Amino acid sequence: MTAPLLEIRDLRTCIAAGDRVIRAVDGISLALNRGETFALLGESGSGKSLTALSVMRLLPDAGRVVGGEVRLEGKDLLALPERAMRDVRGRRIGMIFQEPGASLDPVMTVGDQVREVLDRHLGLRGSAADRRVLELFEAVGIPDPRRRMDEYPFQLSGGLKQRVMIAGALACEPELLIADEPTTALDVTIQAQVLGLLRDLQKRTGMAVLLITHDLGVVAEMAHRVAVMYAGELVETAPRERLFTAPAHPYTRKLFASVPGRHLRDAPLAAIGGQVPALWREFSGCRFVERCDHAFEACSNSQPAILQLEGGQAARCHLHDPRFAGRAARAATTVSAPLAAAREPMVAAPLLEVRDLAVHFPICRGVLKRVVGQVRAVDGLSLDLHAGRTLALVGESGCGKTTAGKAMVRLLEPTRGRVLLRGEDLTALGGAALRTRRRDFQIIFQDPFASLNPRMRLAEIVSEGMLALGVGGDAAARDRRVDELLEQVGLSTDMRHRYPHELSGGQRQRIAIARALAVEPKVIVCDEPTSALDVSVQAQILNLLRELQQRLGVAYLFITHNLSVVEFLAHEVAVMYLGRIVEHGGVGQVLESPRHPYTQALLAAVPRFDGQGERLRLRAEGDLPSPANPPAGCHFHPRCAHAQPTCRESYPSTVNVAPGHSVRCVLTGPAAS
Amino acid sequence: MLGYLARRLLYAIPILVGVNLLTFALFFVVNTPDDMARMQLGMKRVTPEAIERWKRERGYDRPVLWNGAAHGAAKATDTIFFDHSVKLFAFEFGKAESDGRDIREEICRRMGPSLAIALPVFLVGLAAYVSFALLMALFRATTLDFAGVVLCVVAMSISGMFYIIGGQYLVSKLWNLAPISGFAEGLAAWRFMLLPVAVALVAGFGESSRWYRTIFLEEMGRDYVRTARARGLSEARVMFRHVLRNALIPILTGVVVVIPSLFLGSLVMESFFGIPGLGSYTIDAINAQDFAVVRSMVFLGSVLYIVGLVLTDLSYTLVDPRIRFE
Amino acid sequence: MMPILPVILWTDALVFALLGCVAAFVWLTVSREHLRAPWRKVARSTSGMVAATVLACFVAVGLLDCLHYRKALLPEPGKAEQRWSPEVLSALDALAAPLRQRQERTFSAPFAVHGHSKESITRPDGTMAREYPRLKHGGAHLQDPARERGADIAAGASRGAAAAALAWVMLASLLTGVVAAARGSSFAAVSGAAWRGELDVPLRAVLLTAAVILLVAGPLIVLSGRYHVFGTDKVGQDVLYLTLKSIRTGLVIGTVTTLVMLPFALALGLMAGYFKGWVDDIIQYLYTTLSSIPGVLLIAAAVLMMQVYMDARPETFDSVTRRADFRLLFLCVILGVTSWTGLCRLLRGETLKLRELEFVQAARAFGLGPWRILARHVLPNVLHIVIISTVLGFSSLVLAEAVLSYVGVGVDPAMNSFGTMINAARLELAREPVVWWSLGAAFGCMLLLVLAANLFADAVRDALDPRVRADFLRASPWRQLAARTRPATKASS
Repeated sequence: MTAPLLEIRDLRTCIAAGDRVIRAVDGISLALNRGETFALLGESGSGKSLTALSVMRLLPDAGRVVGGEVRLEGKDLLALPERAMRDVRGRRIGMIFQEPGASLDPVMTVGDQVREVLDRHLGLRGSAADRRVLELFEAVGIPDPRRRMDEYPFQLSGGLKQRVMIAGALACEPELLIADEPTTALDVTIQAQVLGLLRDLQKRTGMAVLLITHDLGVVAEMAHRVAVMYAGELVETAPRERLFTAPAHPYTRKLFASVPGRHLRDAPLAAIGGQVPALWREFSGCRFVERCDHAFEACSNSQPAILQLEGGQAARCHLHDPRFAGRAARAATTVSAPLAAAREPMVAAPLLEVRDLAVHFPICRGVLKRVVGQVRAVDGLSLDLHAGRTLALVGESGCGKTTAGKAMVRLLEPTRGRVLLRGEDLTALGGAALRTRRRDFQIIFQDPFASLNPRMRLAEIVSEGMLALGVGGDAAARDRRVDELLEQVGLSTDMRHRYPHELSGGQRQRIAIARALAVEPKVIVCDEPTSALDVSVQAQILNLLRELQQRLGVAYLFITHNLSVVEFLAHEVAVMYLGRIVEHGGVGQVLESPRHPYTQALLAAVPRFDGQGERLRLRAEGDLPSPANPPAGCHFHPRCAHAQPTCRESYPSTVNVAPGHSVRCVLTGPAAS
Repeated sequence: MLGYLARRLLYAIPILVGVNLLTFALFFVVNTPDDMARMQLGMKRVTPEAIERWKRERGYDRPVLWNGAAHGAAKATDTIFFDHSVKLFAFEFGKAESDGRDIREEICRRMGPSLAIALPVFLVGLAAYVSFALLMALFRATTLDFAGVVLCVVAMSISGMFYIIGGQYLVSKLWNLAPISGFAEGLAAWRFMLLPVAVALVAGFGESSRWYRTIFLEEMGRDYVRTARARGLSEARVMFRHVLRNALIPILTGVVVVIPSLFLGSLVMESFFGIPGLGSYTIDAINAQDFAVVRSMVFLGSVLYIVGLVLTDLSYTLVDPRIRFE
Repeated sequence: MMPILPVILWTDALVFALLGCVAAFVWLTVSREHLRAPWRKVARSTSGMVAATVLACFVAVGLLDCLHYRKALLPEPGKAEQRWSPEVLSALDALAAPLRQRQERTFSAPFAVHGHSKESITRPDGTMAREYPRLKHGGAHLQDPARERGADIAAGASRGAAAAALAWVMLASLLTGVVAAARGSSFAAVSGAAWRGELDVPLRAVLLTAAVILLVAGPLIVLSGRYHVFGTDKVGQDVLYLTLKSIRTGLVIGTVTTLVMLPFALALGLMAGYFKGWVDDIIQYLYTTLSSIPGVLLIAAAVLMMQVYMDARPETFDSVTRRADFRLLFLCVILGVTSWTGLCRLLRGETLKLRELEFVQAARAFGLGPWRILARHVLPNVLHIVIISTVLGFSSLVLAEAVLSYVGVGVDPAMNSFGTMINAARLELAREPVVWWSLGAAFGCMLLLVLAANLFADAVRDALDPRVRADFLRASPWRQLAARTRPATKASS
């Protein structure tokens, strides 16, 4: 076996935060071979990005590598003088980042930004450089590269910007590409495109890829080998297949179990309780001990070392230590009891009926701000929601799903259409009448850090709705209710005097749920409530939401882009594309036999790790068009693999393909059948 | 882009009208011309005739807004408002109240000396402060940076007048290097410009350098800087090609807007150094309580400032592609 | 004890109102941990606390000078009615009575016993001579000044230093005791840790600063009873007294201006940002228009007009003090009018951001009205910007006062201020020998005040929100006054 391309030995990196030193990376060792994709998997705060930045020696000012070696073909990068290191960056190691929008210089054309690298490392200038840029842009799949070269980042979509970043990173054909969460900021269909591109490029050039990610799906799709990071340490290293079939470390196992999916529908997700420990403190035992179901005394007394297991697998866990073999067996695995399956048949009358809802935003131009156009964010949306059930509204960013949700709870004024709650038209209500109705419909937001007022105590936050809507009785009764709610969402009642900044993301989201529940709503619009959370925390919140539904009979309109969450939680699914619902039906119908090409592409784009082997590669090409100027006819036809001439002419009408399953596509219409 | 500029230009019109109405209200609604006359002529024993004469000489004896006694269009034009406010739009400032000279001529004559001081200060200052700030940013979090910041904070804590007084005392009186004050026509003026320019540069140093440093540091924390470094670019190239170009946008915001106002000169500098510019003109007018000149300068200052705003917008289109291609 | 009649001038009332606000804010902060946390950070900043110590001394002098009263006059025979002296004095005047009353004829140097220029003097023997006259008060107790003066000053200084040392020990024990009580550790432990610089609060630096201040102030106080320690000005007034009196003016300008403009900036900024639409258009138009007038010219025009107004109504402004006070207040108002635009724009931008935040949306989902949302959700989240802008604005206002007074549109010439001091003293630099002390005193005192204010402001900003840049203050038009290159920022959005 040849020597590894990149070898990291006992890397330690510290970050100064105020008067504390956080040991963000604490003794990482790994080796990366040529042509290999090595995934570094971890949740936020695990130190995976800082590991990558340490390799590049690009740490922020507060960060410092305090120990270890990073060897590129045997030469220690950490010992190189800065000048020599610069020759490595961009030439031998390329790097791409999470936010393609912020990572490109906004005032320089994208062509120039790539040309700059060519000039720096290869001395390429003038027309030779132009040719190479063109070549690179073609290689990364940028359409019309000659024109794009002279454009600025703000003129490009997110996916294209990431392609430009990749072109810049690959310009000098580096031996190693470090990709730090390269698709996290992108939509699933775009993510599938970018991941496919990275795979193709690797096949062609034979470079090694160090892929930093938190997404198990991405790992399954891309990696040859995987290292799992937790609290600054590697807890497990394994070849991909091995990791996905037989994860060795309890953390890894829990991580897998906490990913929602259809096969787990009727059981609660295995959430990991507690939080990642603070990294400024000293550890006497395993860092995962407080959250581990299998922990025994040795786990809190002695720090586990990395143990080599069979099949190239290694784990940092006492469970695999022969010395503790007897005790480990005694630590029984707790199996959570499946929740009672709640599959009541549909109630006759829907609780919430949305009829032809539209929200248009005017585009104002010119001297007098004349309205020159409309952004049709939501353009004729109809759906029904029954009591105690969950309807998932699925779509990529920019499809109008959040706007629709806000319009339904009257945070935005609809342009037309009606929203009927038990037959009462909410859009016709105003003033006091609307205010009293508001206790029936509430909303939970995406960002747990923006959704709580940092200047208010938790009790004030939770009781605000009761106070505003005049429910919940007098002060003492309200206090009791707050305690009850805190317990209901799994927080302790003595947290009522705390402030939001003392809480973790998951706890904040629990408070947001308690706040919405406080007024006993019939419908809660959940606007991506888990997309800002780590997968293990997401599992907690999803479990909570489902449990509350079963207990309280509240209906959810669940807005999300994450199809695995839909599988877990939803009864019905509506897929949205450019302001309209293109497919609507029961969760089994839509996810298992999708009829609309967009739904199919969306499902195909989701990385899977259930070992189903090679799956249907049906990609949506290109980007989401602007809702200000949607394509004529079917909005999806420019990206559709099955587009027919008729698709360009008129928007297809709704066709019922099965009871409760409707699709708007000519393929399913009478003409196609 | 043209539409954008046209919009900005049109936006300037209501602002100018607003400024005009505001000054009119300030000068003629708060006080009556009688009050002004009494103040000018000395308080107590002023005869009504003297007041009438004072008002007649300056055109304040007419109705404020509407002249019912006049005929035709003169009903609207033969008023204080038309004469003293509306005409400002045509830059007809009228005559000074104290010495009866034509204000517009005086302004044109005095713009030169003002600019002779303000322009070198502006240009040299911009270059010097930006370079110094870049230096501090390059050596951020080192002793050099710290010393620079301390120097800036101390420098900005000293009143500008002390720089002038100190400069005059040291350079002119003790060392005899430059004339203490005064001005000359033509090229001979350079000797008189030396000290004021130098003093102004020192006086503005602390605050500006510190501000630019903040901007640079802010830009240096952005993701694209990390990308540029990740591609192996040298620190100098990162600074000049990327940071400086991006920092130019906030810097221009503060800088371009004052370019037209350079004509106005600096009140204090010109008065201390005896430079016959618009600054000292304004000070003299204030001391002589010459309402007409003050009013004219208020309007002129606003016009120049608004021109500066439009220039700023124009400069954005040059440095910021996001606006250029809007 | 003579009865006195307390007088509350307009600016006094506002200063007291401001004190009330500060007290209320402190009370609010102390009870809330998350509000207290940033201030704890300020308390840990060495430069910030040193600056705060210096500022505290200035504030103490300024507050003493805000307690105004009128003395009783002896009743006229036959009338029972109590009459009051027309002269309005302050507590500082009472404390510094010797400084105020012992006026020389004209200039004299610091610690001088003779006048600054020769005068014709009639000798006891009847002959006329030109010589430096003895001062009426400065060093008048000395028989042979040439021989005794040095020793006398040294003796006075050491008495002062001894008193200062005593005061310092008391202060140090008090502060150490407070810190020890606050953290429940022993006095000895805290003082030891403080001495070694191991405390997280910079107690040592604060005490050292206090030591320096006391060591300067003690001897000065003792010596100022017999000498003019900072010399006298043209009309023979003690420069130390003038300097002390100037402090109040500077503080009032620096704080009351903010107090005056805050309601406008807050109300308009929040409304523009929250309601958007035509409300925003109007408010933006308003502040763009106001800020497009060069500040100094607007101030000049306004002050000129105010003079006309006051001259036309002599009956309202009867006493010199009242006149000067009204003018000071007006100056604060007009400075406020020209400076609210910067803060207003900043608050508008912040509100625009906040209103889209999800906690505000959640409040709207509960049907909360706009005013309650503004009060409960928006205002508490922009307060730190208001505080930062207040402390950052202070120093530039103090500097602006000096320039405005020079231009002739500042405070009343009868009022003591740094500006009037500089203005009166700058011409005397041309004298031979140079009269430098007035200028020197004003320079030193202003530098100390402004530098301390700047350092404190930086500490506060760093603790509350380092992202708030000072450049919105650059929009304040008074920056154009001094010889600065870049007086303003873009006003329209």
